[in-house]
Amino acid sequence: MSTATFKIWRGDAKGGEFRDYETEITDGMVVLDAIHQIQAESANDLAVRWNCKAGKCGSCSAEVNGMPKLMCMTRMDTIDVDKPVTVEPIKAFPTTKDLVTDVSWNFEVKKKIKKFKPRPPDAEDGTWRVAQEDVDRVQEFRKCIECFLCQDVCHVLRDHQKTEEFIGPRFLVYAAALDMHPLDTEDRLEDLKDKHGIGFCNITKCCTHVCPEHITITDNAIIPLKERVADRFYDPVMRILRALFGKKKAAKPPAAEAGAHESTKVE
Amino acid sequence: MDSYKTFDYDVLVIGAGGAGLRASIEASGCGASVGLVCKSLLGKAHTVMAEGGIAAALSNVDGRDDWRTHFADTMRGGQYVNNYRMAELHAQEAPDRVRELEAWGAVFDRTKDQKILQRNFGGHKYPRLAHVGDRTGLEMIRTLQDHGIHQGIDVHMECTIIRLLKDGDRIAGAFGYDRERGKFRLFNARAVVLATGGYGRAYKITSNSWEYTGDGHSLAYDAGADLIDMEYLQFHPTGMVWPPSVRGILVTEGVRGEGGVLRNSEGERFMFQDIPDLYKNQTADNPEEGWIYTQGDKEARRPPELLTRDHVARCIVREVKEGRGSPHGGVFLDISWIKEKIENAPEHIRRKLPSMYHQFKELANLDITEEPMEVGPTTHYAMGGIRVDGDTQMSSVPGLFAAGECAGGMHGANRLGGNSLSDLLVFGKRAGEYAASFAKENDGATVNETAVADTIKWALEPIERQEAAGSASESPYQIQYDLQDTMQELVGIVRNQAEMDEAVEKIAALKQRADQAVAPGNREYNPGWHTALDLHNLLTVSEAVAKTAAQRKESRGAHFREDYPEKSEDWGGNSLVVRKGGDGEMEITREPVMEVPAELQEIIEENR
Ligand SMILES: Cc1cc2nc3c(=O)[nH]c(=O)nc-3n(C[C@H](O)[C@H](O)[C@H](O)COP(=O)(O)OP(=O)(O)OC[C@H]3O[C@@H](n4cnc5c(N)ncnc54)[C@H](O)[C@@H]3O)c2cc1C
Ligand code: SF4
Ligand code: SF4
Ligand code: FES
Repeated sequence: MSTATFKIWRGDAKGGEFRDYETEITDGMVVLDAIHQIQAESANDLAVRWNCKAGKCGSCSAEVNGMPKLMCMTRMDTIDVDKPVTVEPIKAFPTTKDLVTDVSWNFEVKKKIKKFKPRPPDAEDGTWRVAQEDVDRVQEFRKCIECFLCQDVCHVLRDHQKTEEFIGPRFLVYAAALDMHPLDTEDRLEDLKDKHGIGFCNITKCCTHVCPEHITITDNAIIPLKERVADRFYDPVMRILRALFGKKKAAKPPAAEAGAHESTKVE
Repeated sequence: MDSYKTFDYDVLVIGAGGAGLRASIEASGCGASVGLVCKSLLGKAHTVMAEGGIAAALSNVDGRDDWRTHFADTMRGGQYVNNYRMAELHAQEAPDRVRELEAWGAVFDRTKDQKILQRNFGGHKYPRLAHVGDRTGLEMIRTLQDHGIHQGIDVHMECTIIRLLKDGDRIAGAFGYDRERGKFRLFNARAVVLATGGYGRAYKITSNSWEYTGDGHSLAYDAGADLIDMEYLQFHPTGMVWPPSVRGILVTEGVRGEGGVLRNSEGERFMFQDIPDLYKNQTADNPEEGWIYTQGDKEARRPPELLTRDHVARCIVREVKEGRGSPHGGVFLDISWIKEKIENAPEHIRRKLPSMYHQFKELANLDITEEPMEVGPTTHYAMGGIRVDGDTQMSSVPGLFAAGECAGGMHGANRLGGNSLSDLLVFGKRAGEYAASFAKENDGATVNETAVADTIKWALEPIERQEAAGSASESPYQIQYDLQDTMQELVGIVRNQAEMDEAVEKIAALKQRADQAVAPGNREYNPGWHTALDLHNLLTVSEAVAKTAAQRKESRGAHFREDYPEKSEDWGGNSLVVRKGGDGEMEITREPVMEVPAELQEIIEENR
């Protein structure tokens, strides 16, 4: 057992300051436990958002010693408590109060992405046949817990506040999940280019580094989407082919599509 | 008087977990204007935490399965005191609800012939749980959320309902506050659906989140609705026990479904020693048979680790009590041993149970592919809840509906794993549909202004008390801790009369203290204030649990009494119903369990 000092940001949209709190640290404790203890002991009105305390809901995002983290999954024994531990809200979005951020923009953005549109059922009983490999391919993206830590670190949102033009890494993952969904038939490429601002991403990979679900956001979601956008809108061969054969959505799954793409090149 | 914003809807849905989302989608699909209110952000409700899967007799893995077997399993699990009509509809409609989820974009794990894969779970005769690894709840809530946002449903996030409002006998709306600003909101509605989940936060060790303060139970009770089966509360046998700060976090039953075994400190598979008669025919009597069952052998019987949760939880308590527990007061759950049986076991485990692997790695520094976990019982699921009509989900208050965990009856004395997620879909849909038609058939009602004024006054008291309080102030957090200790110690897994009587007294004293709770600070996002308001719900629910448990003088399902360890036929024919009496005191009555019609009884007998 030991005592740790926390510097916790207290304030609201108008401004605020760091305040010091001391609390006892016990075995296996995570940052969220410490925050709750402080809340019960000496700061009853300290605002913090949380829910599952098991890394499953993505509510408790904050910056711990400057690092974007889920407070419920950050163990105190991974932090040096000889120095004060700073805890502050995520910064890409407006602060509501103390550690709570107004993330409502994210919920609005999601509505703008074209929704899931399945192909007609394969079987007579109205269901589909899907191979496990195709499920595995989108699993990674569907693990997202919407913690918005990736949005927090993306410089396009955090530093440049391009919230009108750019949907951010979380929603590029969402678009990728829909795009690679084994049953989906919707075409979102034009939106990605024109409305969702995929071009703003310059592949810094900051988002990938902070994702608590270890989703390889940049390599597995964003880059393949960028390639498809490029193929569609910037690749002269593809443009001619499309002019000839119409604006059909490329065949799925993406693996098959890559193959088809190669053979067109050979031709 | 404090000002408030007013909203008007045909149907107001309170709660945005699986049940609330499904109800909203249905009601809005029926043409009703729908408002959806939840305490957290959208997509964060408890449903997101569900791991193992959704039970539905799709019979993709074992062709022998059908709704009849699912129905019989559910009734057996519930010890035959279920609302049989709900169990029947649930078993019949769950497969369609799962397929519909797929049509809305959910991606489930697949069988070799590319259908939805199903896994084994306790109490289910055949592999029945549709799943995606061990994050089925996330898949389900995200699918409903992403489908729902395109339906024109008006969502009020981080808004807490504190009172239901009536017009005479019928429902007229609800009143609440938004967390962010602490401002009040009035919702006028022709029909209201409660989908608020359970009340695990009344206990110290629980798998439930802070939201689980029994709000729906208590709101309905205060509005005059009946609660039923409140003595039945499920303790899940496997929660984490170490380190202390994660105590209670769930370890999915899926671990046992994939071949995980329970051992005591002597290395013994103690579950083999105590197999109840009701389950003897279906349970393996040797480890090898149990193992091949988990690997899909259709002739084999299931291992005793997959007996119902109430039973497994009690066996663990016994092992610990008799000195054969693990170092931190649990027992061992081992999945790593399967390396003796299959190649690439670590990889297999990581693929089948990714969240569990992650959870132990990050929170306990333990690699489950190498070492056994330490587990013990944790408060998990409320079988008891708002009494509803099986077909429509309407409560005893006209226009007030309930679905999901806050509704009672479907699971009887004990819920089978996986039967909750399916319950949310089946009855969420029904509640939405019937709430929409109630709204269509009935005119708007007028809320009672006095009730609104009273509610505002009551809600602001904890904040206003701070000036008057000075040193004598009571922290809402402390009262909540004391309640949690009381319930954990006195109305837990193993119960007796003296302890429960003591609990009833203690709860009465805590109620008095709660009336003096003080919340420092202002109204903006003030968790101290929210906790002070939640106390009313937690205390109401705890009182109902303690009083009904003290009355039921037998052991049945999740309700186990050391002073009455056997089932009694007399009690088995009766349910306990809780309602608010005219004098404001809690009334408890004994009412006969619904009689099962002959054709369903036949199904039960066939499956004995
Ligand atoms: C860790 C864990 C794992 C589980 N695994 C499984 C499983 O594998 N299979 C299975 O079938 N079941 C499982 N369960 C059980 C199942 O997840 C729950 O019973 C189910 O999700 C409850 O859903 P619900 O829609 O009733 O409520 P919830 O999903 O809990 O939603 C409740 C909603 O009500 C809102 N609310 C509450 N009070 C108020 C108020 N006063 N005002 C406004 N809004 C309010 C909340 O904000 C929330 O949105 C599991 C449970 C846990 C805890
Ligand atoms: S890789 Fe792209 S999306 Fe991710 S942080 Fe960098 S710029 Fe933002
Ligand atoms: S992609 Fe990862 S970091 Fe981004 S919201 Fe989802 S889980 Fe969080
Ligand atoms: S509280 Fe749910 S992720 Fe931290």
